[in-house]
Amino acid sequence: MIRIENVSLSHRDMPILHDITLSLEKGGITALVGPNGAGKSSLLSLIARLQPLQTGRILVDGLPVGSTPSRLLAQRLAILRQDGAVASRLTVRELIGFGRFPHHQGRAGAADIALVEAALEQFELQALAERFIDTLSGGQRQRALVAMTFCQGTDYMLLDEPLNNLDMFHARQLMRSLRSIVDERQRTAIVVLHDINQAAAHADRIVALRDGKVIADGTPNEVLTEDNLELVFGYRMQIMQIAGRPLVLQHL
Amino acid sequence: MVKLAACAAFVMLVILSIFIGAGEFSPWQAIHDPAALQLFFASRLPRTIAAALTGAALSIAGLIMQALVRNRFVEPSTAGTAQSAALGILIMTLVFPAASLAMKTLFASILALLGTSIFMMTAHRLPPAQPYLVPLFGLVYGGVIGAVVTFIGWQTELLQFIDIWTNGEFSGVVRGRYELLWGTALMAAIAWWIADRLTVLSLGRDVSIGLGLSYQRTLQLGLVIVSVISALTVVIVGIIPFVGLVVPNLVSRMLGDNLRGTIPWVGLSGATLVLGCDVLGRLLRYPYEIPVATVMGVVGAILFLRLMFTRATHA
Repeated sequence: MIRIENVSLSHRDMPILHDITLSLEKGGITALVGPNGAGKSSLLSLIARLQPLQTGRILVDGLPVGSTPSRLLAQRLAILRQDGAVASRLTVRELIGFGRFPHHQGRAGAADIALVEAALEQFELQALAERFIDTLSGGQRQRALVAMTFCQGTDYMLLDEPLNNLDMFHARQLMRSLRSIVDERQRTAIVVLHDINQAAAHADRIVALRDGKVIADGTPNEVLTEDNLELVFGYRMQIMQIAGRPLVLQHL
Repeated sequence: MVKLAACAAFVMLVILSIFIGAGEFSPWQAIHDPAALQLFFASRLPRTIAAALTGAALSIAGLIMQALVRNRFVEPSTAGTAQSAALGILIMTLVFPAASLAMKTLFASILALLGTSIFMMTAHRLPPAQPYLVPLFGLVYGGVIGAVVTFIGWQTELLQFIDIWTNGEFSGVVRGRYELLWGTALMAAIAWWIADRLTVLSLGRDVSIGLGLSYQRTLQLGLVIVSVISALTVVIVGIIPFVGLVVPNLVSRMLGDNLRGTIPWVGLSGATLVLGCDVLGRLLRYPYEIPVATVMGVVGAILFLRLMFTRATHA
């Protein structure tokens, strides 16, 4: 479980997160939604120790972020940033292999190599395995980065807008892979999503943020109501029910 | 195939380097003439080793620096590292003229570390969306430190010495004057040992921390390697431009950036290039010599231009 207790964050007197307290249970997909600047990415980077905590504390399986050795955390928690621009000329296989770095520190064993192959297969990247990542399209690169995060083999995966650059086919594919990884391997995904309907269709839980505060928190059906959505995004939108899940007509 | 050619070129240049020079020395003499053997052990062999070590180490230093700054267009000789090392040895020469070469090198390393750290701190603050700002800043920064060195040298009438450190050449390399250069081999070995960490580092701060790498420590270790290599080569050989820039870029084009795999090839290619330029410098105005830095300035610039104009092939 990830426990976030009274976490606030400000940057040059600009408040970004305001006294957030949140528990994220193990297992399942949690979607973070909200408008630009709501603090979703900041929250993820605080959990993943990419920025120092200012107030409050965060515990990952009881380990306090900030005082736990970074390598130990890297074996429990992986993060994919949205601006994961990788300029290095690594092949897709090499890049995914570096996901195993927290476990082997550069000396990959047979188990690591097998996991890399599994990740290549899971994300259908075998055909691209020997290509340098700077020769890939944006969407292919994004899939390689997600595969690398997956390959880190951590209980928790924090993904900041993983659907960036992906076309409809691959966006759907990725959410389905995520679903099956979470279900079959008892892993936990915390995903920042911009497409509210991806969250509605695939998440077990949705946390809606605005101006650094949690506005709504619960199952898709609980969170995605007309009132909540207006509160979070600032306009009213129609909601339909399809196969027991909400469908937000956010574009109308 | 390319790898085999690189190995063959290196071996050929080693042989050429041993048998080319103002003093006469042929394979036949090597067996029969003790005086020729003396020339071999006192001058030709040290010079060949020094050129190979310098080329390999400078290329690897360039490679590491590019990984640390995450910019392909920086290298120690254009970003203030070599100039800071020259400043260090100049200060030592002025203040403690009796200090040993090792002490001078140590102080030069410290100043190189300081100068490079300042460059790095500034480079990390520059907007990442404009990759050309970093090398430009490096050029200006290195130029300013170089100017300080020249100014002090001018005031203290040490300009001739400064020329020795800033214009690299191997003609002064003889037995007893180059052995410290083996330190660069040690640094290169350390770099190879931590190659995976350096590759992770080149993926950026966030990815590094996400993978549990001690980011700051690895950065510092990389800086030390770059600084010591620069200081050693400046003190013993002098500044040689372009090697650290073109060699890593050429190798990256062909083999990528997984440093564990590429460091040996970067080293070998760098050794071949510098050795080749040194041999060329000895031949062009035989029996006189052109300093290797001058030859490299021309050869390196041509290679660099080629790199720039063949960019499209890997996009």
